[in-house]
Amino acid sequence: MTLAPASDELTAGATSRRRSARPEGRPPGRVPIGYVFVSLYTLLALAFGIIPALYAVVLAFTTTDGGFAGFDNFVKVVTDFRFLPAVLHVTLYLVIWLVMLVIFVVILALIVHAVKARWAGTTLRFVYYLPGALAGASSVLLWLFVLDPTASPVSGLLHLMGLNSFVQVIQPGNLPVIFAIIAFWTGAGGWIVIMYGALNNVSTEVIEAARIDGANAAQIAMRIQLPMLRKWIAYMGVMSLAAGTQLFVEPQLLSQASNAVVPNDYSLNQLAYQYAFQQNDFNGAAAISLILLVVALLLSWVFVTRGGLFEKE
Amino acid sequence: MTALSTQPRRDGRLRSWSGRSVAGLILVLFVLFFVIPIIWLLFAVTKSSRALIVSNPFSIGSWTDFMANWNQLFGFQDGAVTLWIGNSALYTLGALAITLVVSIPAGYALALTEFRLRKALLVLTLVVMLIPSTALVLPVFLELNTVGLIGTPLSVILPMSFFPFGVYLTYIYFSTSIPRDLLAAARIDGCSEIEVFTRVALPLAAPIVALVAFFSFVQNWNNFFLPFVMLPSSDGYPIQVGLTSLLSSTPAFNPSSAGSDSVQLPTLALATIVSILPVLVVFLFSQRYLVAGMTAGGTKE
Repeated sequence: MTLAPASDELTAGATSRRRSARPEGRPPGRVPIGYVFVSLYTLLALAFGIIPALYAVVLAFTTTDGGFAGFDNFVKVVTDFRFLPAVLHVTLYLVIWLVMLVIFVVILALIVHAVKARWAGTTLRFVYYLPGALAGASSVLLWLFVLDPTASPVSGLLHLMGLNSFVQVIQPGNLPVIFAIIAFWTGAGGWIVIMYGALNNVSTEVIEAARIDGANAAQIAMRIQLPMLRKWIAYMGVMSLAAGTQLFVEPQLLSQASNAVVPNDYSLNQLAYQYAFQQNDFNGAAAISLILLVVALLLSWVFVTRGGLFEKE
Repeated sequence: MTALSTQPRRDGRLRSWSGRSVAGLILVLFVLFFVIPIIWLLFAVTKSSRALIVSNPFSIGSWTDFMANWNQLFGFQDGAVTLWIGNSALYTLGALAITLVVSIPAGYALALTEFRLRKALLVLTLVVMLIPSTALVLPVFLELNTVGLIGTPLSVILPMSFFPFGVYLTYIYFSTSIPRDLLAAARIDGCSEIEVFTRVALPLAAPIVALVAFFSFVQNWNNFFLPFVMLPSSDGYPIQVGLTSLLSSTPAFNPSSAGSDSVQLPTLALATIVSILPVLVVFLFSQRYLVAGMTAGGTKE
């Protein structure tokens, strides 16, 4: 549930402000009042943003007794027999989830946007959005029920697919799809609402003109609306990719609910957790966290600096 | 001539009619997908564990069964669930209060004042806002572990209070909706910088305070990974982490747990509802805010 940064606006605003004659909020000869207002926030940003990140760097490059370790910790975790499977699990999950997200969110947003009746559009958006209230452990728990053929509301469907017991449902091969469905169920609605908002920004005159020129709904969607959604789709993709690499609560709970049929080192974050809490190897845990953090930072950085994603039409 | 021109039009209408029914079908299918689990959950809590498996999934059970589930849930480990809900409230509201005190002035300063590190702080806010909050959980754990804060309420409240997204929202709001002339006028009238903020800007910022509060509350109430890592003892669990205790006491998912303090499936379903009830209530009452907030950054005037 994050919001699109209008990064070009930030920079544009900053430069125009700098050009303004008198910087506001700075009485001559005193500490700028801005420092007072941001002091607490800066403190928190240092304590829970910058320092932990730097500390993780330090830990990742030191040995247990504090000596310099070079890349030993990274070599250790990467060559760990659980590392590669975890990367594969997360990658597979990401591919399935992102494809689902892009296709269905865009289609649903386009259709909901085309619905004429106001009440119907509002209701649909709300219904799609509602599962967002069940994040984290609650949604996983709910899906445990849905996936258990003995209690499931869609047990007929599960039996039809040849899945007659919970253990059959959660076979390793099915897990990426299951996690993708859970994530889609919780998160898609928010994105549909965002895409819907973006579609509202497409000027009605353009669409009307296309219609007069003889374009049908599908052509309007493909030729006009879709290109205008591109930056939002990119935004959704980058954000979801970053969030998806962090996979933790779904496999963690499923592992607990399946008597470890689902391993407790299924995802990378779980592996980092195992290093910290089972093996008491904080250096190894820091190394994995750092790898994940760097991935997240890179994605976020690309997004902030590549203003192209948010340039004005 | 006329025959030629009407032919394609009828074709087009036919195609658009079938297109519309396909679109309608997709909408309905996804409504079912999103809603069925929730509807089912509401029915499930009114059933006994036998009825849950035997009866129609969408039939209603009985009040007595509902009360039995209720009593089992709140009797679990001598009222652990009540304790967990209390913990959730403490962490969430504590973080909410600090977030507001910290973020609103920061967003204001970033938007409407000049100071040297302004740009750097803005970029930092943006970058941290865009990385998933879970990415910093283990590093924060490692840090707090060295200062011995693990297991205390502060170990979750303080990291939750660092909320760059709230600062960003406030920043956008103040830079787009507050006329600078208004602040300048207040200065000319003799307001100090603090007074400009508290007397002029803050009263105008009620909508953004509500929005930041909403996002902070929802995100922190649902947070799982952070408290899961920071709080080793069951006494300190928020309800989201408490759910894992309930889950491991459910024989249906964990056969080894069959015993006196075990949890039946309908009770676990009830726990799921109870755990999200506050968020659900907030959701229902602030739909308008939500939509506005999520699209705020993207609207270009």
